[in-house]
Amino acid sequence: MEKLKMLFGLAVNEAKLTSQRTRLKNQNGFHLCRLSREVYTFVSPSRMSGSLLNMFSKGTKRKFSDGDEELSDESLVGARVASSYSLQRQSLLDMSLIKLQLCHMLVEPNLCRSVLIANTVRQIQEEMTHDGSWHMVTEAFCGTGQSPSERLVATEVLCRSREQDAEPKLFSVISYEGCREEEVVADETLCSVSVSETVSNVCLAGRIGQCWEKSELSDVERDEEALEDSRLGSGEDEEIDTEDGASTEGPKTIGQVFGTFEIKNGSPGPDSALEELFSDVDTSYYDLDTMLTGMQSAPKMGPYDLLDSLAPSHSSPSIVSPPNCRSDLNELDHIMEIIVGS
Amino acid sequence: MVSGAGGGGNDVQWCFSQVKGAIDDDVAEADIISTVEFNHSGELLATGDKGGRVVIFQQETENKSQPQCRSEYNVYSTFQSHEPEFDYLKSLEIEEKINKIRWLPQKNAAQFLLSTNDKTIKLWKISERDKRPEGYNLKEEDGRYRDATTITTLRVPVFRPMDLMVEASPRRVFANAHTYHINSISVNSDNETYLSADDLRINLWHLEITDRSFNIVDIKPANMEELTEVITAAEFHPHQCNTFVYSSSKGTIRLCDMRASALCDKHSKLFEEPEDPSNRSFFSEIISSISDVKFSHNGRYMMTRDYLSVKIWDLNMENRPVETYQVHEYLRSKLCSLYENDCIFDKFECCWNGNDSVVMTGSYNNFFRMLDRTQRRDVTLEASRESCKPRQVLKPRRVCAGGKRKKDEISVDSLDFNKKILHTAWHPQENIIAVATTNNLYIFQEKVN
Repeated sequence: MEKLKMLFGLAVNEAKLTSQRTRLKNQNGFHLCRLSREVYTFVSPSRMSGSLLNMFSKGTKRKFSDGDEELSDESLVGARVASSYSLQRQSLLDMSLIKLQLCHMLVEPNLCRSVLIANTVRQIQEEMTHDGSWHMVTEAFCGTGQSPSERLVATEVLCRSREQDAEPKLFSVISYEGCREEEVVADETLCSVSVSETVSNVCLAGRIGQCWEKSELSDVERDEEALEDSRLGSGEDEEIDTEDGASTEGPKTIGQVFGTFEIKNGSPGPDSALEELFSDVDTSYYDLDTMLTGMQSAPKMGPYDLLDSLAPSHSSPSIVSPPNCRSDLNELDHIMEIIVGS
Repeated sequence: MVSGAGGGGNDVQWCFSQVKGAIDDDVAEADIISTVEFNHSGELLATGDKGGRVVIFQQETENKSQPQCRSEYNVYSTFQSHEPEFDYLKSLEIEEKINKIRWLPQKNAAQFLLSTNDKTIKLWKISERDKRPEGYNLKEEDGRYRDATTITTLRVPVFRPMDLMVEASPRRVFANAHTYHINSISVNSDNETYLSADDLRINLWHLEITDRSFNIVDIKPANMEELTEVITAAEFHPHQCNTFVYSSSKGTIRLCDMRASALCDKHSKLFEEPEDPSNRSFFSEIISSISDVKFSHNGRYMMTRDYLSVKIWDLNMENRPVETYQVHEYLRSKLCSLYENDCIFDKFECCWNGNDSVVMTGSYNNFFRMLDRTQRRDVTLEASRESCKPRQVLKPRRVCAGGKRKKDEISVDSLDFNKKILHTAWHPQENIIAVATTNNLYIFQEKVN
């Protein structure tokens, strides 16, 4: 209960901080892109970067010329081209997922852009399913044995699963072994964010699964349990993950993403105030790899000292192994732990 | 050549007329121009910016002694249309950026325009005052009241001229009807109603009634998971008050007839061009998303702008456009980079000239394109500070897609994607165009010999 009160207080304070503009420019002309009310990262202005463009333009041209032909196994060149195409397709998928996650975090998300990116993700995943490569990927990480094509692609990747079983769900289909990974725990109402100082990327932690540095796992577990107990004991079991009008029909996919675009009408009563508070909590965790391009300069901490003071322990980048999925509640507990700073 | 705007047999040469806005390169966020619109006579030119302000320029009456000096546009009125707001329930800022301005046809001495941000539409009255009454009996000239007992004679107050004062006052505020961000407003030809469109819905308003609007299009799916398409622009037909069109992010345009039913979810016509399979890529859908739709002045055609092209549609033919013009085809091979830096989501506008013979749209590097429909010719021009001498003729620009770059050409990789021309407007009668770069407004006019 104590912790809940603290959370509430923090949320109120956070609301007062929102007078910032959504975009600022630093001296280098980089746009300071607002990821959430607390997290800023620098995105380079629109000079073209040739790196990815050549890669991908070749890839797409390849695709056209190949059409429906199957690559002959004899031809090594053919195989190489195919894998290069998959790599490019994969990187496009990664890029899209990051964009989608970012725009989900933005204060004023652009619905049209989100829809277009989500459609691109679906398209890629449909193709990957068709190829069979999606199946391989999900099996590797998920192990649920479910056929991925049964699910909306975006479902798995974008949204937390609302299955009742505590089985951790796959959220990331990306695996770039050995890549440095970053993690930011972001939460709309609670605004607990930590950003790595050194990495050129910002990784957003989603609701499903996460990637913690192994050495921190034990601490995390301990803290989360403590928090979890206190929360459950509070009696206000608005499940943190509860959405407005949430149904348990199945994973809320794009709905989760797009649901936050709506204005919630009506005046909430006193009890539902807390529910309202937590209903916005989106603890979707993502294990996002270092982006190849896109965010190019080191992110700076915005003028948010609050942020610094809250999450000093997460300033160092973490190198991660394949994601270790955890249940939603544990994740949220950990976020709160960070806020509370204990 | 004053009347009969554009086209015709001769090539129109464009020359610089004016530029408005700060010179320095460090652009203040609030000064970024977000919309440009001429009024119905072309005498007034309104701009809206990200800071929620509206600036109106007025064309000076022509100086007959110097016919070469085309009349200039000078500031007529400036006012703060929208203020930043905060949605406390959702903890979200509502930007004050003016998304669109639309003028109402003039009915009396005053001018009216609609301006909108993401959530609220306002009707502004702009009126002039150039006389004031003097000679009150009960009031002194400075406004102090006179003691009634000291008055011995009566006089009739008279109007005396004063310095021109332009006042802008908000007459109506149309609020709280949109859950999503408003992207378009369009005044109906009946001069009584107008529509406002957001990402998923279109509402019909009466100009006199602010507390109610009718929802005429709703494409929100019951389950938001299934959302794959949003509304990107909408416009009323210029003559038929029952007809409007709206475009989508999937590259389709739907024409609706309000007489058919109250809710126009079922379109009367669906305009869609089948996809070219040879150009298919992961970005196909994104670049097919329509950023602007505009009816021609004669009401027979409509023009759509997607990322790489401009298409002219005959309203009687739904299966393909009658004309397609490439705006910057050299970007097709760069789509991945443009996706990466988000430029692929830029929403360019387009406009017709007065007699529907030429269309214009913007591009990157402060380039804009004039596409002559009758002559099947096109030209790329640039709005830059370097061509700012009075009546300096604009030189056509060329972009080199690859290979050897000729002299005077600019290569694709040197284009500045921060300098984009999203908003352009064409005078309804004359060959005068207004082109908005990030924070400057350029006015070009036809070269008069």
